[in-house]
Amino acid sequence: MMIASVDPGPSLATVMRSRDRSTMVLDERLSSAMAAAQGGDAAAYRRLLKDCLPVIAGMARAQGVRPDAVDDVVQETLVTIHRARATYDPARPFLPWLRAITQRRAIDAMRRTGRRPQEVHDPIAYEAHADLGPAPGARLETGERDLALARAVAGLSPGQREAVEHLAFQERSLEEAAAITGRSKGALKVNLHRALKALRGTLSGTRGGTDV
Amino acid sequence: MSDTRNMTRVGRDGHDDLVEDLTGRLAPVRRLPAPWLRASSWLGAALAVGLVLMPLADLDGLRVRMAVPDLGLAALGALLTALTAAVAAFHTSVPGRNPAWALLPLGPAVVWIGASGVGCLRSWTVTGIEVADAHEMGGCLVFLLCASAPLSLALVLMLRRACPLRPNLTAALGGLAAAAAAAVLLIPFHPHDATLTDLAIHLVVVGAVICANTLAGGRLLAER
Repeated sequence: MMIASVDPGPSLATVMRSRDRSTMVLDERLSSAMAAAQGGDAAAYRRLLKDCLPVIAGMARAQGVRPDAVDDVVQETLVTIHRARATYDPARPFLPWLRAITQRRAIDAMRRTGRRPQEVHDPIAYEAHADLGPAPGARLETGERDLALARAVAGLSPGQREAVEHLAFQERSLEEAAAITGRSKGALKVNLHRALKALRGTLSGTRGGTDV
Repeated sequence: MSDTRNMTRVGRDGHDDLVEDLTGRLAPVRRLPAPWLRASSWLGAALAVGLVLMPLADLDGLRVRMAVPDLGLAALGALLTALTAAVAAFHTSVPGRNPAWALLPLGPAVVWIGASGVGCLRSWTVTGIEVADAHEMGGCLVFLLCASAPLSLALVLMLRRACPLRPNLTAALGGLAAAAAAAVLLIPFHPHDATLTDLAIHLVVVGAVICANTLAGGRLLAER
């Protein structure tokens, strides 16, 4: 019986060695380009800066710069590279030099972002913002008011209560209410008027009027 | 600076424009010498000024004072503090160098201050030692401050040629180097033993020069 051999792929150590090698190759390439740029070689300098773009962006992201601020950090780092190019020593690796500059520019960018005022941190705007929802305890107050009104209506005479229920609560017209109750429109109006007066009195402590 | 700001406003898709702009402005540059070499040349220039002034000093008295162990050690400590602080300042002005270089002057500074402190103890315990009066103390203070100012300025100008990413740290180290170098320059003109007031004056000058450098020098270095 044949057992098929499965290729386990490259080991972690192999992958790491390969990454280290490619980093070293990149470092050597950038280092020699910068050495040439220090001597005034514009083509080498252009190549160096273009090669640095993705490296700087990656370093900025790793530093925690927000995606929308990465481009700014890349450009500020390029400007600093230009200004500081005399400080690079080709006998030393290039990437730590680049990383130090990128990290500083990234920190500057993050500090600027942190200092920028934001609405949620503006105490005046926060305090002045109108709350469209019910105020705290509003439901409790409404419940108590409804209960007091229901008690006051229950205390009215039957004719007044009838007028309030049809004309006020159910918002019927005088004709409809007159047809339902069998009272005249004038009697309903007088009963409603007296009911409202009585309710006002009850809710504020006085009573008044009888049915028509 | 405004140049820099304009260049960074080219927009999200402006990397290529910026690369072309920087390439167009490329000029050959001379690599900066090693930090220890730059520090040595700064301190060498300071000591050369001291040598020029040496005929004005009491050289016999200087020889006698330097024969006293703690005074000699304090002088050596001040000299090494100036050198190591300058080396540290130049190191921290270069991107990618380890910021731990800032700790380099710590040991020599301890020797300098410690040996000066021992001198103060001796002035308390041994009688018949010549101590400075208030007028001489005032003269020392003025000398230290006047010597520190040009030394600091020269150092900041040299540091500006690099690219200090931590300008305040670099400027503070520069301040320590300048104050220590001023203390070294004072030694030939300091015809009395160390006292507590003397030590306090030195500490005040070191603190003041470091603060002034951090405030003014840090800003000068950061503006690049």
